[in-house]
Amino acid sequence: MIRLEKRKEPSKFWRIANPFLAVLLTMLAGGIMFAMLGKDPITAIRLIFFDPIFSDTFGSYSRPQLLIKSAPLILIAVGLAIGFKANIWNIGAEGQYIMGALFGAGVALAFFPQPGWYIFPLMIIAGAFGGFLWAMIPAILKTRFNTNEILVSLLLVYVAERILAAMSLGLMRNPDIPGFPGSRDLRRYEAAYNSELIANTGIHWGVVAALIAVIFAYVMMTRHMLGYHVRLAGQAPRAARFGGVTPARLVVVCLGISGALAGLAGMFEVSGPGGQVRIEFASGYGFTAIIVAFLGRLNPVGIVLAGLLLGLTYIGGELGQMMLQLPSASIQVFQGMLLFFLLALDFQTNFRLRLTKGARA
Amino acid sequence: MRATLLRLEGLTKAYPGVVANDDVSFQIAEGQVHALLGENGAGKSTLVKMIYGLVQPDKGQMTLRGQPFAPSQPSEARRNGVAMVFQHFSLFDALDVAENVALGMENPPPLRDLAARIRSVSEEYGLPLDPSRLVGELSAGERQRVEIVRCLLQEPKLLIMDEPTSVLTPQEVEILFRTLRQLSAEGTAILYISHKLEEIRALCDEATILRGGKKVATCDPRQKSASELAELMVGQVLTPPEKPPRPMGDVVLQVENLSLRSNNPFGTSLKDISFSLRAGEVLGIAGVAGNGQDELLLMLSGELLAPSAQVTLKGLPVGHLGPNARRQIGLASAPEERLGHAAAPDMSLTENALLSGVARKGLARRGFIDWPGTERFAQEVITRFDVRTPGTHVLARALSGGNLQKFVIGREIELNPDVIVVNQPTWGVDASAAATIRQALLDLAGKGAGVVVISQDLDELLEVADSFAALNEGRLSRVRPAKGLTVEEIGLMMGGAGDMHVAHEASA
Repeated sequence: MIRLEKRKEPSKFWRIANPFLAVLLTMLAGGIMFAMLGKDPITAIRLIFFDPIFSDTFGSYSRPQLLIKSAPLILIAVGLAIGFKANIWNIGAEGQYIMGALFGAGVALAFFPQPGWYIFPLMIIAGAFGGFLWAMIPAILKTRFNTNEILVSLLLVYVAERILAAMSLGLMRNPDIPGFPGSRDLRRYEAAYNSELIANTGIHWGVVAALIAVIFAYVMMTRHMLGYHVRLAGQAPRAARFGGVTPARLVVVCLGISGALAGLAGMFEVSGPGGQVRIEFASGYGFTAIIVAFLGRLNPVGIVLAGLLLGLTYIGGELGQMMLQLPSASIQVFQGMLLFFLLALDFQTNFRLRLTKGARA
Repeated sequence: MRATLLRLEGLTKAYPGVVANDDVSFQIAEGQVHALLGENGAGKSTLVKMIYGLVQPDKGQMTLRGQPFAPSQPSEARRNGVAMVFQHFSLFDALDVAENVALGMENPPPLRDLAARIRSVSEEYGLPLDPSRLVGELSAGERQRVEIVRCLLQEPKLLIMDEPTSVLTPQEVEILFRTLRQLSAEGTAILYISHKLEEIRALCDEATILRGGKKVATCDPRQKSASELAELMVGQVLTPPEKPPRPMGDVVLQVENLSLRSNNPFGTSLKDISFSLRAGEVLGIAGVAGNGQDELLLMLSGELLAPSAQVTLKGLPVGHLGPNARRQIGLASAPEERLGHAAAPDMSLTENALLSGVARKGLARRGFIDWPGTERFAQEVITRFDVRTPGTHVLARALSGGNLQKFVIGREIELNPDVIVVNQPTWGVDASAAATIRQALLDLAGKGAGVVVISQDLDELLEVADSFAALNEGRLSRVRPAKGLTVEEIGLMMGGAGDMHVAHEASA
């Protein structure tokens, strides 16, 4: 008979090993899925995980894409991870991402076509503020009325999507091309364009911001009282109160940081790779970032690796669609499996399987 | 000589790194009240768990009325007539008494029949209990009755009781003892686990003393003095803490007419609390668990806020200030729950030293933590209070209860506070660690700090306290000098009768 036994201490080995194991299992299960779709599993897996970086044919296009896709994931996940450590669950980063993009683009469109060095920094501030504001709604509802931040933040994603659609069709629509939804192309407005900083690398200001955020989060979590309080509140809420942590203030700080970073990611996207405010602007980065945060063990450095991996699946998924006619949903299935396997494997971090003889209570 | 009911022969149980029981043999006669005496960690719990089928021995055997007895689980032990009342109750607050009893039975009868049986058994044994009341509304003593009645319904031959009096007032203890004597007279044997020597001398026919997992003696406790038993139990002569005479200074802490709602739905709200504490004074606050001790500590530590002027610290109004602001003014506190409240279980000792140390030790500059300094502070606490641990990197939950308690109390004392408030400072701590902690608190008072000790252990309070008060349903009795108080008077204060006395005086 198999029995579960709680480990005295969580296993350090499995904590590190599980994300890698989860990736392997996802490849395996994904291969089986592709085989059932009638595709060659080896080719498909290679196309998704290896070809974007190592293939001669696709590499020159895909490699810069890797940073472009990963930067927003990392930027958002770093913020989410801080909240998750404190048991504050912001599930609505997608909404904050959209609001950040709308606020940033709003500043740009307001100044169009005026030149000025100050426009882009203003957009950065506005983008962060937009995400922050959207995250303050669940924060204040939670601290004032004890609502559940998971539900509120998630439902606000759909509100943000409606606002995005309304803006694309109304207030922010490009007046020069009547009849088409979507704003002006910010890539053609120099003062607002988040351009590539080094040609053909994919490095734009969003990548720089992600790097700064990772360092900032690392220092905060290991060296600063705020990070200590975040960890304390997550691990032992009563001890946190004994240590002088005000739970309500922590909710506001954590949701505020994650919202602002998600807003920044949205702003860098809309002013660069995305280019314009349009109905289909949101591509699920805010949700995928939740997987990134967990796969990276809520650790800033781990999040960088996990963000690169999930960025890779985005590009690989596109390649798969192009080359093997894989269904576009298959990449979401992939990402979902990754989280599923990780959570399942994490069981053995805290528990041990024991074989025992005979029946026991 | 009565017939042997249960015989234990050479029971041995080892856990990784520690032998909990080493070749323990003794026997319990039918109807005998047998004490199992020992310090925390002496192996009492492991031994009774083997009898109750929760743990299987590595070596040795048991016989029950001459038959081999090796229960592999508690239900098997219960079928053989062995019942146990645990120190921590396994009851559901939101269910009534009868439902709770039914949940613990293999084949519960219909609830109405069960309620009738509960009523008749509880009356027969002098343990009044209303089967239809919600457990959440019962006092600790009444909850214990639920557990006892649950056991009695199975008509056990052997009843195991694990430290049953730790939650009772002296009067409730008397009622319990009467019940146990009645059971014994009817032929039910009782295995009574405790470290309270006077109780054992009052109640038990025979005592088996464990130390470090080994049996050191079986004797008739009524033939031995309490100090002889203590020496057997501890293995050394204990010196009671020194209480040097000291002058009382100015009032350092004052609470005036404070009423405060508990933040816990099953908690006890504080009602009209008033007291003052002078520098150098040790105020002992007694009370049965759940009468507002937690709330009192939270209110004093700053975790529960109060109107600012109703709590004053060194003359400053502090009711509205949080824990760190109060620490900076000079108040330290140590809550009852070590793991999860006074310390974060999954953090290292260094990180736990920061928890309260940061406010008074300057361990963070502009929010940036001075980790080397924090580690030095943790190391100081470890060295000064003899905390047995491989180092400051060890997780709090890896320490034994006594060691962690020394660390927690030591951390607060090292902050050099002007006022310190502790709740159950020696709960679950072995005798020598307890003596260290009490001495440290007295030394701090000797240096001119005001000390508030909230405790359910009356012996402890009488040992350290200069003045004495009791909590009952969230009300604090009048503070009286500890000298000359009898245990009966204290019992009345704990039961709330002292309060009425005060009320009469006040109205007169």
